[in-house]
Amino acid sequence: MDITDFRSLATVLCAIAFTAVVWWAYGPSRKAQFDEAAKLPFLEDDETAGRRTSDEHADARGSNE
Amino acid sequence: MAMNSGLQWKFRMTEHPFYNYKVVHQFAIMTVVWGIVGMLVGVFIAAQLAWPALNFDTAWLSFGRLRPLHTNAVIFAFGGSALMSTSLFIVQRTCHARLISDRLAAFVFWGWQVVIVAAAITLPMGFTSSKEYAELEWPIDILIAVVWICYAILFFGTITKRKDKHIYVANWFFGAFIIAVAILHIINSLALPVTMTKSYSVYSGTIDAMVQWWYGHNAVGFFLTAGFLGIMYYFVPKQAERPVYSYRLSVVHFWALIAIYVWAGPHHLHYTSLPDWTQSVGMAMSLVLLAPSWGGMINGIMTLSGAWDKLRTDPILKFLVVSLSFYGMSTFEGPMMSIKSVNALSHYTDWTIGHVHSGALGWVAMISIGAIYHLIPLMYGRKAGAMYSVKLIDLHFWLSTIGTVLYIVSMWVNGLMQGLMWRAVNSDGTLTYSFIESVEASYAGYVVRFIGGAIFFSGMIVMAWNIWKTRQLALANPTQAEEEQHPDAQEVLA
Repeated sequence: MDITDFRSLATVLCAIAFTAVVWWAYGPSRKAQFDEAAKLPFLEDDETAGRRTSDEHADARGSNE
Repeated sequence: MAMNSGLQWKFRMTEHPFYNYKVVHQFAIMTVVWGIVGMLVGVFIAAQLAWPALNFDTAWLSFGRLRPLHTNAVIFAFGGSALMSTSLFIVQRTCHARLISDRLAAFVFWGWQVVIVAAAITLPMGFTSSKEYAELEWPIDILIAVVWICYAILFFGTITKRKDKHIYVANWFFGAFIIAVAILHIINSLALPVTMTKSYSVYSGTIDAMVQWWYGHNAVGFFLTAGFLGIMYYFVPKQAERPVYSYRLSVVHFWALIAIYVWAGPHHLHYTSLPDWTQSVGMAMSLVLLAPSWGGMINGIMTLSGAWDKLRTDPILKFLVVSLSFYGMSTFEGPMMSIKSVNALSHYTDWTIGHVHSGALGWVAMISIGAIYHLIPLMYGRKAGAMYSVKLIDLHFWLSTIGTVLYIVSMWVNGLMQGLMWRAVNSDGTLTYSFIESVEASYAGYVVRFIGGAIFFSGMIVMAWNIWKTRQLALANPTQAEEEQHPDAQEVLA
């Protein structure tokens, strides 16, 4: 195994890693989870921050839709 | 009554009921202050290049000493303050948690200011390690490392307190920026001290050059890109009032960008004693970088789809979106310049300076300015983006845009001309032009660059005035600020 094999291996590993990230990001089972995550900046404002419990958190998320 | 409103203002400014806004506010103000200082030095040394007599034959006013002062001030003082302000704001608001420690936050703020002041004193005095963008001598380097690690503890500690399981994408970019900068700074700054003000790098020769540009390009990749993309992923959706175009694209964007950026450094060392294969790796990786860069730019700009009309009335959004356009432009230009045959023309010319400033003024400064306009009114208990004057923000937007365009166009013209003059040969093989002829020919471009820079700088003065008036407005009328504060907040509470 010479240096060229290592270089080829590195290229293949990078391609696999990239494919894995794309698969993970675009997997249909995770769509809902990422859609929720995109709303994180809109969940709270200054006035209500910290005054809600985690249950109310979920309510606010529901009402956002 | 006056006392009451004063108290109210103090409460608003420094003691938010839940978040630590004090450190966010301090860094936001210093962003503007250091922006003005750093850009003023930039305008001055731009004038020196057009009119060299302006160094007044004084060592500490010479270009060689003021140029690192300019770069350190705009990158680490202006950019660094903007990043710390916004990252500490975003991490609290997206994790719904207060910073882990107010004292640590105060240490990070004051520690960073001491670093900046130390830089502003030592660089004009001529103390330098001579590593580009890492010129500061070893005692200051150690202080930077300590402050930076405290900043990391503050940021990641707050992330561990988050209420939602998911960590919002902006925090991923900030996290990568904080970790990468710590590693880059510590490894590149390893040195043997000789006296308090002089040290020698532990690296030598080509290794030194490669470590330096591994650091140098990742200062661009992580300090000036990943961190500001964190700003983009929070403030563009907030200002456009809609979630980011594709959250899933942002995940791919993040991993692709950070995995590729670290390999691009060798493109700064084309046609040097760096091994040829290393140069080729740097060039190939730089070309690949176009994909994640444009993925991020498209994700930001497409967030406006269905809300393009907002651009007509909202100059803050204009700042954010135009900054993304400049980001797209400079991340196309960068890979192109990393191609060895193009680099043979562009390297060591003003084209490089133009490229850096299309990123620094167009992308980094403009997205920071947009973010500060969004968050500073919140620090005074007003609605996000509710500045004293929208017209002045619009004026600032046009000053910034026109200033940036004049700057980069003049440097393109100068750079191409210099590159062509330097490589021109007569039929007998001798050089057509002497070096000084190319300097003389650059004069007009230097004057236009000075004018562009001065216009951009004047916009920062307009910004400072607008912030001052916003603060006074909030001081004079805290009750109105109270009413203006998120009308829907009460509904949620009820």
